[in-house]
Amino acid sequence: MTLDFTPILPFMIVAGAALALLVLDLFWPVRLKWLTPLLAAASLLAALVVELGQANYLRAGLSNMVIIDNFSVFANAIFICSGIAAIALAYDYIQRTGINHGEYYVLMLFSISGMLLMSTAADLIIVFLALELLSVPLYVLTGFARPRLDSEEAALKYFLLGAFSSGVLLYGIALLYGATSYTSLHGILSAVSRGTADMPLVVVGAAFLLVGVAFKGGVVPFHMWAPDVYQGAPTSVTGFMSVGAKAAGFVALLRIFVVAFPPVAVELTSVMNFLASLTMLIGNIAAIGQRNIKRMLAYSGIAQAGYMLMAFVPFGNKAIINDSVASMIFYLAVYAIASFGAWAVVVAVEQAEGRGLDIDDYAGLGRRYPLLGVAMLIFMLSFIGLPPTLGFWGKFYLFRSVIEGNYIVLALVGMLASLISAYYYLRVVVMMFLHDGANITVRRNWLLSGLVGVSALAVLLLGLMPGPLFQMAADALLRL
Amino acid sequence: MLSETLANGNWNLAFLVLFFPLAGLLFNLIAGKWLGEKVIGAVASLATGLSFVMALLMGTWLMQGGGEAVTVPLFDWFRAGSLHLGWTLRIDTLSVMMMLVVTGVGTLIHIYAIGYMHDDVRHQGDPGRFQRFFVFLNLFIFAMLILVSADSYLMMFVGWEGVGLCSYLLIGFWYEKGAEGTGNAKAAKKAFIVNRIGDFGLLLALFLLFGAFGTLNFDPIFKNAALASPAIILAATLLMLLGVAGKSAQLPLFVWLPDAMAGPTPVSALIHAATMVTAGVYLIARSAPLYELAPSAQLVATWLGAATALFAATIAIAQNDIKKVLAYSTISQLGFMVAAVGMGAMVAGLFHLVTHAFFKALLFLAAGSVIQGMERGLHEAAHHGGEYDEDVDPQDMRSMGGLRSRMGLTFWVYLIGALALAGIAPLAGFFSKDEILLDALHEQPGVFAVLLTAAFLTAFYMGRQVLLVFFGQPRSEAAAHATESPAVMTVPLVLLAAGSVLAGALNLPVEGLHWLTGWLEHSIAGAESLPFDWLVAVGSTLVALSGLAAAYFFYGKRQPLGRALADPLSSAGCWVYSAFQHKWWVDDIYRKWLVGPLRAMSEFLAATFDQQVIDGVPKLLGESVKDFAIWLSGLQNGLVRSYIMAVLGGLIFILAFLLFIMR
Repeated sequence: MTLDFTPILPFMIVAGAALALLVLDLFWPVRLKWLTPLLAAASLLAALVVELGQANYLRAGLSNMVIIDNFSVFANAIFICSGIAAIALAYDYIQRTGINHGEYYVLMLFSISGMLLMSTAADLIIVFLALELLSVPLYVLTGFARPRLDSEEAALKYFLLGAFSSGVLLYGIALLYGATSYTSLHGILSAVSRGTADMPLVVVGAAFLLVGVAFKGGVVPFHMWAPDVYQGAPTSVTGFMSVGAKAAGFVALLRIFVVAFPPVAVELTSVMNFLASLTMLIGNIAAIGQRNIKRMLAYSGIAQAGYMLMAFVPFGNKAIINDSVASMIFYLAVYAIASFGAWAVVVAVEQAEGRGLDIDDYAGLGRRYPLLGVAMLIFMLSFIGLPPTLGFWGKFYLFRSVIEGNYIVLALVGMLASLISAYYYLRVVVMMFLHDGANITVRRNWLLSGLVGVSALAVLLLGLMPGPLFQMAADALLRL
Repeated sequence: MLSETLANGNWNLAFLVLFFPLAGLLFNLIAGKWLGEKVIGAVASLATGLSFVMALLMGTWLMQGGGEAVTVPLFDWFRAGSLHLGWTLRIDTLSVMMMLVVTGVGTLIHIYAIGYMHDDVRHQGDPGRFQRFFVFLNLFIFAMLILVSADSYLMMFVGWEGVGLCSYLLIGFWYEKGAEGTGNAKAAKKAFIVNRIGDFGLLLALFLLFGAFGTLNFDPIFKNAALASPAIILAATLLMLLGVAGKSAQLPLFVWLPDAMAGPTPVSALIHAATMVTAGVYLIARSAPLYELAPSAQLVATWLGAATALFAATIAIAQNDIKKVLAYSTISQLGFMVAAVGMGAMVAGLFHLVTHAFFKALLFLAAGSVIQGMERGLHEAAHHGGEYDEDVDPQDMRSMGGLRSRMGLTFWVYLIGALALAGIAPLAGFFSKDEILLDALHEQPGVFAVLLTAAFLTAFYMGRQVLLVFFGQPRSEAAAHATESPAVMTVPLVLLAAGSVLAGALNLPVEGLHWLTGWLEHSIAGAESLPFDWLVAVGSTLVALSGLAAAYFFYGKRQPLGRALADPLSSAGCWVYSAFQHKWWVDDIYRKWLVGPLRAMSEFLAATFDQQVIDGVPKLLGESVKDFAIWLSGLQNGLVRSYIMAVLGGLIFILAFLLFIMR
């Protein structure tokens, strides 16, 4: 039997590039250090080209362990683009904070390769493999600012909690295997529909899986690692993590539950409903109390996870599942764009030794750096979900699918949570424009400025015509 | 070529009637800054004049076409689902008549205003506002033409609100002047707010009509009106009367019009006498098919008009401000018109509308001439350093007297206007008022009696005014030194005086000469005029003459001297006269029982309720959310074991829940 590697070609490119750079970086003299990020970005671009070439190319491979469909293409495009954005975010930052080691990019590539594998996983073993592949490099990256203590502390916390959640996930896989004698998603589904499965065990196993991936996505009450880790990790890593890791968690959630678990939707839906409401409310309310911008954005990310989970609540409803999935990954893309923009602003404002990270430090910045201030305003408006930004459309489609699923109360909770969120998002802008403050000098770097500018323009322009992007999301169907 | 396009009834050109004032106002708005007063005035007058020509032209086209109504679609306003709102002109004999009045009288007033405003802006000390005045004036003409040319209640409402806005802007034209520096602004505000009350009724009427007919276009509504529920028609027509009472200053909403005299005199003439205030009369006439189906509403309108006519006339006899007398007279005459159209005597009411436009515009403009003559006299007296009283109010009739010799032309045109208003044959007012009285006698004898009393009072207060202003000895230095106004003001006066003399010919009470009736019967079904009745004609003339004679008895023989002396009537009439003088205390009653409580409530809501309850609730909510947020942050204690406990706790909770529901 010949092995067809085409379904995991992008994964192989990125992972191969990571391995090659790991070795090559050792031999480059210091003056050629810039080659590593350049080649990393080049490999990501190559992977992106291959990935987009696989659009409308449906096939399973590697003994049905992996599957590619438009969903995986769309998700992988998000992962690869966030990888490129993360390189732009890191390039200047790790130089000035004195952690410019080539391994940074290598670890990032490994993590991205894990994400790419995650979206194509058709078997729980691959899910687990991908999860570890994306997580372990992140643990290391979190502690990359060694010997900074809070960075090390964050890395250790992240590792311990991550290991715990991986254990929960693995336990869930074992229970499912015990209940159905399958680990492949289709196998589990067929066993359940044939009636040969031990149903209570399937439900319990699914709950364990849910907890395992919800941890990655930062869903309350499995979110508590996020603020500490986000704050302690180097800011460029935080930016990458807040988009990539979260997106990977949700991609896994979509793939696993939409394919394998519609039969147990009745039981799980109320759990998800509860988790979504809790996440939106706790995330947004706790964000109000934060003084550190990284922690605030961490809670903001938790709240955003709640919105995405909200669209997922009616996942067992065949009639609207395509709408749900489309609105959810559309929201993921929207969130990714605004997030990278906001993190780029944070990186630009951050000063040596971790200063300039309090929200109070942003006082007066908007008046001295009007473009930066306006860009931040755009990102914050997008997070709130106000027109004419892209965030409005993201929330619009999310709420639409929730209402289509007839979860009116949940939609109202979401609206209330959005209302609360306006307070802390706008506080940053108010601070920037309406207060006088310390004279912080914002780092000027063309990569960062470019990232801020492109993100802001994308949020605005795509907000004016969200049709094409949403159409892409709507075409990104999961192959059931 | 040109004559051909114009002669064949080229209705595509109908939009021009609206276009000219719009173009005029835009031109003056944009270019006025660099132009002289003469150019601005000429452009504005020309714009109105061209609209008048266009209206005349359309009148001839209508006659060629047998008088049938024409609708000219201009453009789509908007479409939403099944709702389609078009912007369509309705050209029929009624709308053309209104256009002719608006643009005809309007043109003369524009020309007059060139001279009047030239002095006024200097007297008030801001020559830069000359341009603004004519922009507003053209905007008014534009809005008024929209009102009368509308093919639907919706479009008419646009014009209705547009003229209301212009009225507000022009009453408050010298917004920083007036009593305590806010008098004019307050007057403007009062006019606007009182009109809002009326508009509220009109809007409700329109909602009812839209609900019942699914459209606001005239034709489908009138065609299907008989099929609709009578209750809805009655409610709509009654609510519409509220709008009429607001716009046409009828009881109980008339209080804004006397205050509106704060605007420059051409504004009083154009908007608050000749045109805008007649919009209510037009509304009833236009809605005649609806009113015919609601006799109770007709009855209410009739008595409303008659009561207003008498009520306002009693107030007019005790006023000393030259413009206030005319203002109450306008309210009274509008009452005549509303009573007439209420009775279904549409032609009589509209006839009076036309003649009134002439002689009331004439009276206001002549009064403006008198006021400016007084101001010049005041200036003159000051110049000569003679003894004079600085407090002389150039509008107070008690300070006038003897102006006949100093302002000859103004005197003669004023006399013509006053006699026309009093209803002395063969001036215009005689014919139109006579027709209303005749109809009233046939329809409602009670109303006839009320209106006849009002007619007596009309003659009385106009006689009093003419005697006080023009006869006797000057009672102030200002009056003694008053001078005649320039030709740009007197020529329009003469033309309007000619109109006041001749307008009666529009509808002579002779078989075959009922020209206006014949004209309007194309627009208003069943328009007819009753045959001439000598008894009524002679009777009403005698009543008018006795009014004048009574005025001469009180004010001609025994001239009151100066402001200090009491009016001769005050001793004769005791508390009744006091009621007249204080406008029946209506303003005071409103202030005490309506405005006061409303204001107190607003202040309570603004200061107490809003600040403490409305602001307090979100503040409390916000604070508690914030406290909760800080408490939540406290849970984040940084210990890995608590975080794992949270994960584990969540997991156990979920499992327990699942096992519970699967039980």
